[in-house]
Amino acid sequence: MATYKITVNGQRRDVTVDPSTPLLWVLREDLKLTGTKYGCGIGLCGACTVHLAGEATRSCGLPVSEVGDQEVVTIEGIGVDRVGRTVQEAWVKKDVVQCGYCQSGQIMAAVALLKATPRPSQADIEGSMTNLCRCATYVRIRAAIQDASTRLI
Amino acid sequence: MRFAYQPDKGHLSRRTFLRASAVAAGGLLVSLHFDFPALAQNAEALPAPPDAYIHIKPDGRIVIAVRHIEMGQGVLTSLPMIVAEELDADWSQVSAELAPAGDAYKAPPLGIQSTSGSWSVRYGYQQHREFGARIRAMLVGAAADRWKVRPDECRTEAGVVRGPGGQSAGYGELADDAARRPMPEQVVLKNPGDFRIIGKSTRRMDSRPKTDGSQKFALDIDLPGMKIALIARPPVFGARVKAFDAQAVRSMEGVRDVFEIPLVKGSAVAVVADRFWSAKQARDQLKIDWDFSSVERADSQELRARYQALAKTRGTVALSRGDKTALSKTTPSQHLVAEYELPYLAAAALECLNMTLRYDGDRAEAWIPSQFATLDQGVLAQALGLDPSQVTLHVVFAGGGFGRRSPLDGNVPFEAAAIAKRVRGTPIKLIYTREDDMRSGYYRPMTTHRVEIAIGGDGMPWAWQHVAVGQSFIIGTAMEKTFIKDGVDPLVIEGAVNNKYRIPNFEVSVHHPAVSVPVYTLRSVGHSQNTFVMETLIDELAVRAKADPFAYRLKLLDPEATKVRDALTLLEEKSRWRNNLASGRAAGIACADYWDTGIACAAEVSVVDNRPRVHRVTVAIACGLPVNPLSIEAQCQGAIGFGLTQLMSAITLKDGEVEQSNFDGFRPPYMSDAPAAIDVYIVPSNDAPLGVGEPATPVISPAVVNGLARLTGKRYRILPIDAV
Repeated sequence: MATYKITVNGQRRDVTVDPSTPLLWVLREDLKLTGTKYGCGIGLCGACTVHLAGEATRSCGLPVSEVGDQEVVTIEGIGVDRVGRTVQEAWVKKDVVQCGYCQSGQIMAAVALLKATPRPSQADIEGSMTNLCRCATYVRIRAAIQDASTRLI
Repeated sequence: MRFAYQPDKGHLSRRTFLRASAVAAGGLLVSLHFDFPALAQNAEALPAPPDAYIHIKPDGRIVIAVRHIEMGQGVLTSLPMIVAEELDADWSQVSAELAPAGDAYKAPPLGIQSTSGSWSVRYGYQQHREFGARIRAMLVGAAADRWKVRPDECRTEAGVVRGPGGQSAGYGELADDAARRPMPEQVVLKNPGDFRIIGKSTRRMDSRPKTDGSQKFALDIDLPGMKIALIARPPVFGARVKAFDAQAVRSMEGVRDVFEIPLVKGSAVAVVADRFWSAKQARDQLKIDWDFSSVERADSQELRARYQALAKTRGTVALSRGDKTALSKTTPSQHLVAEYELPYLAAAALECLNMTLRYDGDRAEAWIPSQFATLDQGVLAQALGLDPSQVTLHVVFAGGGFGRRSPLDGNVPFEAAAIAKRVRGTPIKLIYTREDDMRSGYYRPMTTHRVEIAIGGDGMPWAWQHVAVGQSFIIGTAMEKTFIKDGVDPLVIEGAVNNKYRIPNFEVSVHHPAVSVPVYTLRSVGHSQNTFVMETLIDELAVRAKADPFAYRLKLLDPEATKVRDALTLLEEKSRWRNNLASGRAAGIACADYWDTGIACAAEVSVVDNRPRVHRVTVAIACGLPVNPLSIEAQCQGAIGFGLTQLMSAITLKDGEVEQSNFDGFRPPYMSDAPAAIDVYIVPSNDAPLGVGEPATPVISPAVVNGLARLTGKRYRILPIDAV
C-alpha cells in the first residue's frame, strides 16, 4: 500500500492503495466516483474513459502510481466545461442513451474529439469513437456529436 | 422467455385488485394485485400493501413504479406514459422508479415478475391504461364532491380537474380526498384520437442521470462494510474443486476469506476482499486442482460433426403441413439443399454480471439487475433457507441484459447466496470480471439446420423440410412441464414453425442434443437463427426465379399476415435508394413476423478488406399503436446493431474450454462496424401495441447476407463470416 496525491475534477485527493491498482478502481471504490465504468479491464471497450491531462484515456489499465500530477477529469466533472456541458445536452436532446452503461465513456471520448476537432467529419467521428456500445446507439451518438459541434461554433 | 400465449385476451378478464390508500406523508397511494388463473401459484395468497404502483403526492408530483427492469429498452418511460395518458397527468410532474420484487408486480403472460419477450408494453398497455383511468375517476370524484357538482360535469387536463363553474384543483390537492374513495369498477378509456402522450415521441426519463454519471447501476451499489467477492470458476463447465491452496492468498493484502462454494453445476472457489483489485489479484493467483472426472468436455468441432450428422435425419416433428412425402415426389433437379451452422453467442452486456447481497440469518436484502425478479427472489430464499417474504430484492438498473440476466436456474443469486451465508452479516458484492462473464455460459445455443426444398414450376417453394439441431432452453428446468410439448422446445424452432409463408407441404423437425454448455434466450431467441435460415433461403429462391425480392415474398406470404405485409410494403416505399446504388454496393432485404410484430429491413452492403460492410439500413415495423415512436426507433436501431453480432463473432469451445474471454476474441459491433444511418419507419395503426425490443434483431443478418450474395454470387450459411 502507498499513498498517492491525485487531482480529480479539480480537487486534490489522497488515496492509499496498492500501487498496481488501476485508476478506474481508485475512482470507483476510493473516491466513490462511480460514473466511470468497468467493462472489460483491458482497454478494449472504453467504458472507463476519463481525461488525463486533457486526453481521453482508458483508466482500467492505468496504475494509479503512474498518474502523478496529471489532472484527471471524470464524467462527474465534465459538465463544468463548456464543451462537456454541450455534449451532455446534445446527448439528452438526441435521446442517445439506452442502458446508458457505456455513455460516460462515450461522452468523455466525444468531448476529447470535439476539443481537438471542433468540426468533425463522419470519418473523424468513426475514427475517434472507439468505445463499445452493446445497445448499438451509434447512429444517435453520431447525431449528438454533430449537434454539439454546431452549437459550439 | 416466451411461449405461444394468446396475449390480447388475457389481461382484461384477469381479476384485478386495486386498492387506494392514504399515506402518512399525504397523498394517494394506489396499489394493485391481480391473479393469474392459468398460473395461479400465488393467487390465494394475495400480498398486503404497500406494493404501490402509483403515488400522487400532495405537491402534485406523481411517482409510478415500473414492474420491469430498465436495461435500455425504455420501459421506464413508456409504461408511465400509458398511465399518464389516461390519468391526464402533467407529464413534467411524472417520475418513475423500478419496483422491487413483489407479487403485485408479477406480470402477464408468465405470471412472474419478468422482463422478457418484448412483452412489457404489449401486456401492460391495457392494464396501465386502466390504472390511470381509475385514479383519474377518483380524483374527479373528489373534486365533484368538493364542488357539489356531478363528476360528468368536470373535466381534466394536465394534472388539474376543472369544474363547470370555473373551479379548478390540482391532483395533489385532491389526492388525500381521493384516497378515501372506493376504487371504481368500471372506467371508460380514451379514444386513441384523443391521446396527448401516447403516440408522441417522448424523450427518456433516464437520460440526464445516464449522461452525468449519477445513474446507479448494480455494479455501483455501495453499502457500509461491503466486501467484494470474485469467483475462480472451473475451466470446464461442471467441474469441481478437488483441492486448492487457500493459505497462499489468504495472507494477501485486503483478502478476508477464501473458500469453496457450490455452483449450480460443479463447484468453485470464492475470494472475499476489501476491494475489487485485491479480490482479483488473489483470485488470479489461486492454485486450484480441478476434478474433471465426471464432466463432458464440449468441443465445437466435435459438436459440428455431431450436429451435421443429426441434421441428416428427421427429428421430432414440431410442425407438419400438407403431404409428408412431397419431397420424394419431385425430381432432384428441382431440389435445393442448404446446410447452416450458427454459433454459440454471448450476450456480453457491457455491465458484467454482478449483484449485492446481505444475509443476516433471518432475512436477506439483495440488489440485482434482474430480468426475473421473483424467480431470483425464490432462488435466494431457497438457498438461504428463508421464505421469499424474508428476502427483499431491489431491482437495479442494468447495463444491458439481452436475456443473460434471466436464467431460470438463477445461477448468479445462487452463487451470491453461498458466499453471503459464509460471511453472514457482511454485505457482499459478487462481481464477474469480463472474462468470467464471457466464459460463464448461458449462450445463445449453437445450431445446425438442414433444409431441403422442392421448387415448383412457378418458382415458388412447393415442399420444404427443415431439420433443426439445437440444445433446448427449457428441458431440465423448472419450466419444462409448462413449455415442452412432445419433446419439442418451441423456442428453438420459433421463426421456422410460425413463419407466415404459405408453403403447401411444410415440415419442421428438431433434435435437442444434451450438451454441458449452459444456454439461454439471447435477444430474439430462436428467431435469431431460424429467421436467418428462412430469409436467406427465400431470397435465394427469389433470385433463382428472377423475381423481385419484395414481390416474391408478398406473393408467398399469407394474405392475412397483415403486419409483416404492411412492414414489407412500407419498406419497399422507403428504401427506393436500392435502385440507385454506387458500383460495388448491393442491397439485401429480409422480413419476419416476430410474435405478431411485422418487421422488415433493407441493408446496403459492400465488401471492404474481404469483410462485409453495412453502410445504410432502412427498417419498417408494424407494431400496432406506437406508444413512444422515439423509443421504437431507438429499439430498432439498437436491434440492428445487436443483430450484426452473429456475422462477426462466435463463442467456441475446445476440449471443454471456452476459447474467448474478452472483446478481442469475441468482438461485438463497434461504431465502425455498424451502419452510419439506420432509418426507421413505423406503420401507422391504432391496433393494440405489440413488442418492439427484439423484432429487428433477427432480420439484419439475413438482409446483409442477401445483399452480399448479390455482390459475390455466394451464399453464406456458416456464421460468423470469416471472409467474403
